Amino acid sequence: MVAYIVQRLAGLAFVFILVSIVAFLLMHATPGGPFDEPNMPLPPSAKANILAKYGLDQPLHIQYINYMANALRGDFGYSFSSPTETVAQVIGRTWPISITLGGITVVVALGSGILLGILAAVRQNSPVDYVVTFLATLGLTVPNFVIALWLILIFAVQLKWLPLGGWGDDWRQIIMPMVALGMGPLGIAARYTRASLADVFTSDYIRTARAKGLAEQMVVMRHAVKNALIPIITVLGPRIPDLITGTVFVETMFRVPGLGKFFVESVLDRDYPMIMALMLLIAALWGLVYLLTDLLYTWIDPRVKLT
Amino acid sequence: MSVVARKETLVTTDPNIARPPSNLWRDAAIRFSKNKLAMGALVIVALLVFISIFADVIAPNPNLARPIDARKFPGEAGYVLGTDDVGRDMLKRLVHGARTSLIVGLSVQAIALVIGAILGLSAGFLGGWVDFFVMRVVELFTAIPQLLFALFLISIFGGGLFNVILAIGLIGWVDICRLTRAQLFSLREKEFIEAARTVGVPPLQIAWRHLLPNALTPLIIAVTLGVPIAIFTEAGLSFLGLGINEPTASLGKMVGASSAYIRVYWHMGLLPTLLIALIMLSFSFVGDGLRDALDPRLRK
Repeated sequence: MVAYIVQRLAGLAFVFILVSIVAFLLMHATPGGPFDEPNMPLPPSAKANILAKYGLDQPLHIQYINYMANALRGDFGYSFSSPTETVAQVIGRTWPISITLGGITVVVALGSGILLGILAAVRQNSPVDYVVTFLATLGLTVPNFVIALWLILIFAVQLKWLPLGGWGDDWRQIIMPMVALGMGPLGIAARYTRASLADVFTSDYIRTARAKGLAEQMVVMRHAVKNALIPIITVLGPRIPDLITGTVFVETMFRVPGLGKFFVESVLDRDYPMIMALMLLIAALWGLVYLLTDLLYTWIDPRVKLT
Repeated sequence: MSVVARKETLVTTDPNIARPPSNLWRDAAIRFSKNKLAMGALVIVALLVFISIFADVIAPNPNLARPIDARKFPGEAGYVLGTDDVGRDMLKRLVHGARTSLIVGLSVQAIALVIGAILGLSAGFLGGWVDFFVMRVVELFTAIPQLLFALFLISIFGGGLFNVILAIGLIGWVDICRLTRAQLFSLREKEFIEAARTVGVPPLQIAWRHLLPNALTPLIIAVTLGVPIAIFTEAGLSFLGLGINEPTASLGKMVGASSAYIRVYWHMGLLPTLLIALIMLSFSFVGDGLRDALDPRLRK
């Protein structure tokens, strides 16, 4: 077990370093640096000064090593586009917002998705099943900014029940971004729960449970659902980093001041420290979530052996 | 001699037992045609393809704008679906936007298929250090956030139809590669491959003639289901203002541009989103239908 975790972490570190090298090289291959002419018309001496200040006059491999040495200590440097703040400060200011929105969405969407999946599986081929399947398909196929626009048109513009967007001055502001963000994960959760549960229902131990006269509710909740949820973890786990790093589209649509916005802005401004930090942050998050998913899986299902 | 004779007797035995000769594709076509949802979606896809091919005939001059102060609602002043934010005919923009979506969706999958199949084929067939190298690249591309990477490529190479297709294609090949490799690994050990190897068929010919056709069905399914994902990514990039450049029409861009007018000109956002949803749903249903038809074992 320990050997397995160590091995996986080593693999993670390897990929992490590869990601950082590729991102670093690509960034520097980009034509046009952050201090180029159209953005900053400066005399050559002033420009050389700035380049020296940010260490951009050093050879590439030295820049990389310096950067990584600092990054490992949590210092990602200053954001080029807002020089009064460090990258860590910008992330510290905006990420909690994305985590709040994403966290609530994870709980609500996965919870209701699993619940809907159970309902659909218990009443297969009933109207309930069709409604759930329809919702799940909608969530799985329709992009979240499309759903966001529909929600805005219906609930903000037409019915005027909910505020158009914004963050932090009205609790109702979270409802629409949450629904728009959550429809996809809800669809996945509902669909996989239904399929997995329908599969479990055909197994022998369920027939046994029914044969010995257990109430249907007991059969479903105690015996079927428990086992049906195991495969769902592997499907849903990898969704979580997406949600808590904030999706750009939903945050743009509802003017939520989260981390997502910086994905676009940092790339447009060629804000190297910001791009690097985001890439590394997400790569690390992905790796950890995959590892945790696998570990959780073996903990829940002792039949699975890690190798 | 005797083989031929036996074959004839087999075909001409009791007509009650005899079944018309069939193959995978014919069986799949029959199964697909019985799937109403998939058939309906296929009709819509065919219609979209038709509209895309003849877009210039159906909706000429999509870039022609009225003065900006003359934005129109659907039905107003002869504009069936109104105009967009700069006064261009909405119907024409939608037709050309759908065409952009289809071009992106299909070209991206073509690129992804070429890269993914070649890498997957070499990894699965050659094995060894080639496999090791390919798998590390696959891991790398899995760990890099896809959208950020596409944004990044576009910021380097600039926007526009061609670059958007290239950027999405460059991130979209990973699944196809993994699938091809997995297929080859299971096929490689099969007897007919061993037989081909024993009689001295050159490796490349084995890959091309024997391995690829057998690995084809899951690839077709993966490619079809990848089309809506590519379309979604283009719409998303254009929505953020980083994808297709003006004046080319893009549904995602129309949605992005509409948000400033959402309180008044509701149709500017609603119409392109409805069309995006229709395109995504149709391609997904066709993909699901193909999967059920080509691989009946997967059917639920």
